[in-house]
Amino acid sequence: MTNSWIDIKNTDCCLIIGSNAAEHHPICFKWVLKAKEERGAQIIHVDPKFSRTSARSDFHVPLRSGTDIAFMGGMINYVLTKEKYFKEYVNDYTNASYIVNSRFSFNNGVFSGFNPKTKIYDKSTWQFEKDEKGAVKRDPTLKNPNCVFQLLKKHYSRYTLDKVSAITGVSTANLLRVYEAYAATGVRDKSGTILYALGWTQHTVGVQNIRTSGIIQLLLGNAGVAGGGVNALRGEPNVQGTTDHAVLYNILPGYLPLPRANMPTLADYNKAVTPKTVLAESVNWWGNRPKYMTSFLKAYFGKNATKENDYGYAWLGKGDAPKSERDGDYSFLYCYEKMAKGEMIGGSIWAHNPCQSIPNSNNIRKALCNLEFMYSAEIHHNETTDFWHSPGINPKEVKTEVFLFPSCHRLEKEGSISSSQRMIGWHYQAADPRGDSRSMGQIMIDIVNRLIKLYKKEGGAFKEPLVNLNWYDKYDANEIARRINGWFTGGPNKGKQLSGFNDFKDDGTTASLMWLAAGSVTPTENRLKKTSLKQTEVQKMTGIYPEYGWTWPMNRWILYNRASVDKNGQPWDPTRPIIKWEDGKWIGDVADGGAPPLAMKGGKNPFIMLPDGLGQLYGTGLVDGPFPEHYEPTETPVTNHGFSGQLRNPCAKIVPGDKIAPAGDSRYPIVLTTYSLTEHWCGGSETRMVPSLLEAEPQLYVEMSHELAKEKGIKNGDPVILESIRGQVEAVAMVTVRIVPFKVQGRTVHLVGMPFAFGWTKPGIGDATNRLTLYTGDPNTSIPEYKACMVNIRKADKNALKELSYTEIKGGHHE
Amino acid sequence: MKVTRRDLLKVAGAGAGAIALGGLGVSYLVTESYAKKLKTKGAKEVRSICPFCAVSCRFIAHVKYGKVVSTEGDPGYPISEGALCAKGATMNSMVNSDHRLLKPLYRAPFSEKWEEKSYSWMIDRLAKKIKETRDKTFIEKNAEGQVVNRIESMFHMGSSQMSNEEASVVVQGIRAMGIVYIDHQARI
Repeated sequence: MTNSWIDIKNTDCCLIIGSNAAEHHPICFKWVLKAKEERGAQIIHVDPKFSRTSARSDFHVPLRSGTDIAFMGGMINYVLTKEKYFKEYVNDYTNASYIVNSRFSFNNGVFSGFNPKTKIYDKSTWQFEKDEKGAVKRDPTLKNPNCVFQLLKKHYSRYTLDKVSAITGVSTANLLRVYEAYAATGVRDKSGTILYALGWTQHTVGVQNIRTSGIIQLLLGNAGVAGGGVNALRGEPNVQGTTDHAVLYNILPGYLPLPRANMPTLADYNKAVTPKTVLAESVNWWGNRPKYMTSFLKAYFGKNATKENDYGYAWLGKGDAPKSERDGDYSFLYCYEKMAKGEMIGGSIWAHNPCQSIPNSNNIRKALCNLEFMYSAEIHHNETTDFWHSPGINPKEVKTEVFLFPSCHRLEKEGSISSSQRMIGWHYQAADPRGDSRSMGQIMIDIVNRLIKLYKKEGGAFKEPLVNLNWYDKYDANEIARRINGWFTGGPNKGKQLSGFNDFKDDGTTASLMWLAAGSVTPTENRLKKTSLKQTEVQKMTGIYPEYGWTWPMNRWILYNRASVDKNGQPWDPTRPIIKWEDGKWIGDVADGGAPPLAMKGGKNPFIMLPDGLGQLYGTGLVDGPFPEHYEPTETPVTNHGFSGQLRNPCAKIVPGDKIAPAGDSRYPIVLTTYSLTEHWCGGSETRMVPSLLEAEPQLYVEMSHELAKEKGIKNGDPVILESIRGQVEAVAMVTVRIVPFKVQGRTVHLVGMPFAFGWTKPGIGDATNRLTLYTGDPNTSIPEYKACMVNIRKADKNALKELSYTEIKGGHHE
Repeated sequence: MKVTRRDLLKVAGAGAGAIALGGLGVSYLVTESYAKKLKTKGAKEVRSICPFCAVSCRFIAHVKYGKVVSTEGDPGYPISEGALCAKGATMNSMVNSDHRLLKPLYRAPFSEKWEEKSYSWMIDRLAKKIKETRDKTFIEKNAEGQVVNRIESMFHMGSSQMSNEEASVVVQGIRAMGIVYIDHQARI
């Protein structure tokens, strides 16, 4: 989240799209309701199904799953043609005036530079025109046909109301209702916020879905302000923290890119990943990357990292440089593909249940049988720990050795957790770990210690990264938190904790395991443990609590807050100041970067993480285009979407061997979307073990409209079978008004929705919904398209059902 | 006496419901005498954070004789203000559940059952398997002859259930093995 949970109360218009916040982030929703009650904010819910979020919104707009870019593109077009954008903000704080290379083009749904063989773009024609000093050429009048503003206008002029309506299934009246309400925030004293979740990310255009909100928020002047921002409601317990700490293939902790094979030395790495700017008014914060990388290596390898050995850079495994859609992609998408082909030998899957929660889960279950060994750390048995006796798998034929470590509960260990708003807080140990359970940290420490011992004794392949680790004997969260913050390894302050970003050096005299947390565990205190509600008067106006926990970066609650003020440092809306320049200093939140306002001497642009400091209406960073463009989901009920001849995202990661139904396949005419439940946690392996939660949500169901039920002869409570080209699933029919048929290109398209929390290890409740879903990934993130695939549905013979026990639980109680 | 908001929540949270709350308007003594009988009386209070969605609601665990006996929302957390959802409200049952795994378990090749093993046996055998695999399949150079120093035959599919400190340790360990197939729920 760029903003905070509490900050939602400051909004005038809250657009919830790709999220069911009331049910999936229940406690945050009080701040949405507060905005409605106290400010009279409009709350809009755009989602395929009516839910408790819709019930508390001013209006709900049903949208066919997978058509968000068309919907948002129509809004961009509306804002531009009706001139609803915030002109001063667009002129001063975005790259609207930048001139794009004259060779840039967009034809029939594809941008210039596309190579259909490798499925990647050569981005050279997407770049900006530069002058002899290296500065981007600009046209402040925004009239040059090749400036960003004009290109944006041209691109989205194609997103007319009629075209958007025809493909999304949203009536033009409903489109206008949302566009008008949201576009009204494009003035100084109004703000709008966009809340999204997995309903946006889990598509083959996931990142571009989110880009549309970035564009809208920049056009309306809503980025950086109170009650604004682009807010990802992150959905896992510590997913913000585990992303920051990079339990991911493509980054090292603190968003440092993975070293690649074409960067053999630290100098090569720094050159490749450190952006440059010629603008004096740009902070270009990532220009500091070499300091963070060297400090990471110093913390990682301790005294064994020296200037002479490049701080141990060579000891890091390198990824291949991406030369095609899949080169250098070490995500789970290709991991399980390799496993299915028998090319993986072993590995760890812990506190994670892919046999339940990864698409095409039948294939995942089979792939695990090809492993020689697997080790897990879990609180309960689940579909993954016990994959070797899954339905349809004969254990006598499964060679895999499985090591299952009991993991202790959160209440049995201490440490820190980062919330969706980047606030890090401390949880204390309440009781000893039960039985022989341990923290996952301790288990990893013990495995690595045993490995180090073996390598020291016996030698072996490339032992350097192991034997040179700055490792641990015992898991001590306080000690690790200190190392994450970082400390001086040389110079006059040697041994002292770092106080913040300004302390970092690239000469080996500082160390930090994750630079973004610098300032959290200072020489004097562990600020993660703070629980004070102290505020200044200005902080009170918007609900910032700087003494509660600690928020990265540098305890800043609202990211890009320099964009909440004009060039003289005065808030666009004085009643909701995030920061304010007063008596030669900033008051309120911790100002981004700290430099004076833009109009003053030493003033800086607001978006400090971007090379030039300007919001990118047009961006060259993504792999599938500088502007979001509507493409259909990989499986789609239509054969032509009307925006171009390019039906699907040309860069989508289609994994060989994955089955995909052709567009408009009459065997699978119904759109399936999936979602979570309030009472069950994601795949459900923990919450299914709690009697009260299982009683509240006892078994797998499928929500469908009355119209579809009638067509299929299905009644509420009937057992049904759903089928996709990949697999089939048994469920109870829930016939409801919450789902309505869509009018798409003049014909009726039905959509059904299913939770995915029920799995076979709890008998009688149903099994993985993800046996139906699709494995194809977004080209930027490799996140698969869970939220839209094509299925068919039929009434089942009760006696033929194996997975659900109907004698015990009668259908119909869900209604 | 003074009844704080916390006391009120304790009473309500313990299921006292209408009786205790109704009594508040008339006499604080009723509440006070009731509160004395609560199972949380005399318990140590420990602050923790809900392990589900990333609102990260805080809660307080009441601990007696080394065992968690009750959990309730922490009214001091400015975001949740003491509230918990259906899942967060069951923390006590989760930590004390009979379904918890309490012993290291091992499943041998082609076996139909789990076997209990000691922790050190597990670590020992596992470390040997990792080393054997690593030594056998270590990749020094890729197809283009560039030095890559990595392992492609092993993977780590990790977890957003880990704390920051655990995540840091796990990533350090896994990367030191040379593993590049590293992923977790952030991509799912």
